[in-house]
Amino acid sequence: MSVLRFILITIIITLGQMWIASYSIAQEATIQEAPAQGAMEESIEPLRPVNNVVAKDTPNDDGKSLSLRWDISPDDNRVSQYIILRSASPTEGFAEVGQVPTNTSRYTDEDNLVKGTEYYYKIRATNAKGEKADSEVSGPIKPVAQWFNTDYKFIAIAVIIFGGIIVYCIYSAKRGREFFIRRIAGLEAVDEAIGRATEMGRPILYLTGLSGVSDISTLASLNILSRVARKTAEYDTPLLLPGYDSFVMVVEREIVKGAHIDVGKPDTYKEDNIFFVSDDQFAYVGAVNGIMLRERPAAIFYMGYYYAESLLLAETGNSVGAIQIAGTDADAQLPFFIASCDYTLIGEELYAASAYLSREPLLLGSLKGQDWCKFLLMISIFFGVIMESFAVGFGLSFLHWIARFFTAP
Amino acid sequence: MIAQFFIPPFTSLYDKILNWAMIISIPALVIGLTSLIKLHYTRIIRKTPNMPYSIVAFIAMITMALMGLIGGTGEGTGFEWMFKNIQVPMQATMFSLLAFYIASAAYRAFRARTLEATLMLLTAVIVMLARVPIGNFLWHLIMPNSNLPEVVSGWILNVPSMAARRGIILGISLGAIATSIKIILGIERSYMGAGE
Amino acid sequence: MSFWEKIGSFDRRYIFALIALTVIVPLLIPIGMPITITSEVKSVYDYIDSLPPGSAILVALDFDPASLAELYPMSLAVLKHAYTKKVKVIGMTLWITGASLGDMVMREAATSIAEVDKDYTYLGYVPSGAVAIMRMGQDISSVFKADYNGKPISQIPVMKGIKNYKDISLIVDLAAGGTPEAWIVYAGSPHKVPIAVGVTAVSAVGYYPYLNAKQLVGLIGGMKGAAEYEKLIQARGTASAGMDSQSMTHIAIILLIIIANASYFVIRRKNKKAVES
Repeated sequence: MSVLRFILITIIITLGQMWIASYSIAQEATIQEAPAQGAMEESIEPLRPVNNVVAKDTPNDDGKSLSLRWDISPDDNRVSQYIILRSASPTEGFAEVGQVPTNTSRYTDEDNLVKGTEYYYKIRATNAKGEKADSEVSGPIKPVAQWFNTDYKFIAIAVIIFGGIIVYCIYSAKRGREFFIRRIAGLEAVDEAIGRATEMGRPILYLTGLSGVSDISTLASLNILSRVARKTAEYDTPLLLPGYDSFVMVVEREIVKGAHIDVGKPDTYKEDNIFFVSDDQFAYVGAVNGIMLRERPAAIFYMGYYYAESLLLAETGNSVGAIQIAGTDADAQLPFFIASCDYTLIGEELYAASAYLSREPLLLGSLKGQDWCKFLLMISIFFGVIMESFAVGFGLSFLHWIARFFTAP
Repeated sequence: MIAQFFIPPFTSLYDKILNWAMIISIPALVIGLTSLIKLHYTRIIRKTPNMPYSIVAFIAMITMALMGLIGGTGEGTGFEWMFKNIQVPMQATMFSLLAFYIASAAYRAFRARTLEATLMLLTAVIVMLARVPIGNFLWHLIMPNSNLPEVVSGWILNVPSMAARRGIILGISLGAIATSIKIILGIERSYMGAGE
Repeated sequence: MSFWEKIGSFDRRYIFALIALTVIVPLLIPIGMPITITSEVKSVYDYIDSLPPGSAILVALDFDPASLAELYPMSLAVLKHAYTKKVKVIGMTLWITGASLGDMVMREAATSIAEVDKDYTYLGYVPSGAVAIMRMGQDISSVFKADYNGKPISQIPVMKGIKNYKDISLIVDLAAGGTPEAWIVYAGSPHKVPIAVGVTAVSAVGYYPYLNAKQLVGLIGGMKGAAEYEKLIQARGTASAGMDSQSMTHIAIILLIIIANASYFVIRRKNKKAVES
C-alpha cells in the first residue's frame, strides 16, 4: 500500500506542479499579451466619421445645386479624402458624386440634380489604408429655384432708380422741357476742323477706334461720323476711313452713303475711301501712319476705343500738321491724346457728342438724366464717407451697418 | 440678359444665348478675310502704286495659312518658326516705337503753362523717378534709410490718381447706361446710317 | 534762331537717337541698381506661395507679341513660381495672336520643373472673350473640348476634378488689353474666385481702384513689376536686366522736359519784355 500511496502522492504532486506551472505560463502570457492587445486596440481603433452634416438648398440659384457643410472628422489627420455620397433613398443606393481633400468642410453638388427630387447625403471619410467611416445620413433635401437673386437686390434698386431717372428726363424733353448743356471745346472744334480741311483742299481722316460695332464707344463714334459725313458731303471734302473691323467698315459705308444722299449729292460718294486695312493692331497703325504721311490730311478725328497705338497715331498726325480731335473712353490712353491732340473728349463727353451736335431734345434729355444720376452718386459717396468716418472716429458701429446695407456683395 | 442677372432660372436660357453668341462671332473672321482678299486683289488688278505691298500681303497670308493647316501649329513646326522669328519681332518692334514717341511728345507738349500743368509735371517727374530703381538709388545717396520716393509715388497712385480714375470710370459707366437705354428705346439711330 | 529757341525745338530725330542710346548702353554695360518690392506685387507672390500643393490656378495669357517685353518675363516668373509650388496650372488665352505665345511661355517656364499634362496644360485660344469667361463659370470643358495640341480634356490628368471656377483657387490674368475688367466682372464678382492681374505699365494705373476695392488680390505692373517678381522668386531674367535701361530712359525724358520748359520760360520772359518795352 505504501508504494501505491507514494506513487499516488507523486502523481498528485506532479500534476499539481504541472498545473501551477501552466497557470504561471498563462499568467505571463496574459501579461505579455495585454500590451499587445492594448496595442492591437490602438491600431484597430476605427476611423471616426464627420459630424453634423447639413444639406441645404444653395441660395440664389436656378434649382440645380445643393450645398453641404459638415464638421471635419476628429481623425482628419488620418483621412486622405472625403467622398460625397448621394441617394434618392435614405437607406440604399448611395453613389459617389464628388470628393474633396482633407480639412475641407463644404461641398456644392451640381451633378445632374433634378428640381423637386428629394436627395439624401452622407460623407465618407477614407484613407489609403482602405479605412472608411460614413457619417449619419442627412436629408431629405430638394433643390429649389429662387426667382430672385437676393445678393443683387441693391443692384436691382440702383438699376431701377438710374434707369428711371434717365427715362424720366428723356420723356420730359419730349414734352418740351429745355435743358442746358455746357460747352464742350472738342465738339465745338469739329466744324472748325472740317472748315480748315475744306479751305486747304486736303482730306479728313476719321478713325473709329479698335473696337467692334457692339462697343458703346464705336457706336458713339459712328454717331459723330454721321454729322461729319454730312458736312463733308456738303463741302465736297474727301473723307478717308481706314477700317479696323470689317463689320464697322460696312456700317461706315452705309452712314457716309446715307449722308451723301441726304444732302442731294449721291454721285460724289466714293466707296474706295472707306476700306478695310487689318484687324491686327500694329499692322493697322503702320497702314494708317503711311496714309497720314502720304495723304497729309488737314484734320484727323480719333473717336472710339484705342490701345497702345494712340500715341503712335497722334504723334504722326502732329508731324503732318493736322488739327487733331480725339475722343475715347479708354482712360489709359487719355493722357497720350491730351498731350498730342488739339482737343480731347474725355470718356462720357464722347457719348454726349451725338446729343451735343444734334441738339435733339430727346438726346439732351438723356444727358440730363446722366447728370442727375451722377449727382445722386456724389451724394451717396459723400454720406457714405461721413458715416464711415463717424463710425471709425466715434465708435458708432451702427453707422457701419447702415453703410454696409448699401454695399453690394 | 438683364433678366438672367437677377432671375436665376433664366440662366439656362442665357447659356443657350451665350452659345449662339459664340457661334455668330465666328463668321466675323470670315467676313474680314473676304474683305481683305477683295481689297488687295482689286489693288493688284488695277496696278495701283502700292501694288507690291498687296502682293506681299497675299504671300504672307497664304504661307502662314498653309503652314498652319499642313504642318500644324505646335512646337517645332514651320508655323511656329515663322511666328517666333517674323511676327514676334515685328510686333515687338512696333510697340517699342512708343518709347521714342513718348519722349518726343513729352518734349513737345509738357510745358508748365498753367498751375495745373505745373502740378501735373511735378507729379509725373516724381512718379517716373520713383517707379524705377534709380529713384530710390539717388534718394539713398542723400538719405540712406528713407524710402520717401516709393511712399510718395504710392500715395499719388493710391489716392489722387485712383480717385480721378474712379470718377472717370463712374462717368463712363453712367454714359454707357444712358447710351444703351437710348439705343434700346430707338432714340439714338444715327449709327444705323442712311438718313434720319 | 536764338540758343533758347534752338533748345526748345530740337528735331525729333535727335531725341530718338538719345533714347536709343539710353536703352542700348545700359544693356551692354549693366549698372545693377537694386530693385525694391512693392506691396501690390508682393500680394500676388504671397497668395501663390500660400496655395497648398495640388490646388489649381487658371492663368490667362492675354497678350500678343507687341507686349512681349513687359508681359513675357512676367509670365515666366509667375509660371515658374506656380510650378515650383506644385500648383496645377491651366493656361489659356483670349487673344488669337497670343495663342502660340502662350504655348511657348508655358513650355519655357516648365523646363526641368514641370511636366505637361501632369503639372500644367495649355488649352489655347477661345474667341468671344466675355462670353467665354461667362461660360467657363458653368463648365470649362464646354468652352475647351481639347487642349492646344488637340488632346481631349478628359484625358488630361491635371484637369481631373476641375469643372469650373469653384475648383480654381486663383485666376491670374496677364493682359495687354482690357481683359482684366472682363475677368473681374464675369468671373471674380459672380463666382467669388480671387483674381490677380499683370498688365503693361501704362494700364497698371487704371487697376488701382479695383485693387483698393479688394476686387484684385494683387497687381503686377509693367517691366518693373516683372523685375520685382523675378527678385521674389530669386530668378533674375530679362525684366531685371531691362531695369537699368528703363531708369536711364526715364532720366533722359525728365531732362528733356526740364530743357524744354527752361526754353519756354526764357522765351516767354523775353517776349514779355519786348511787349513791355
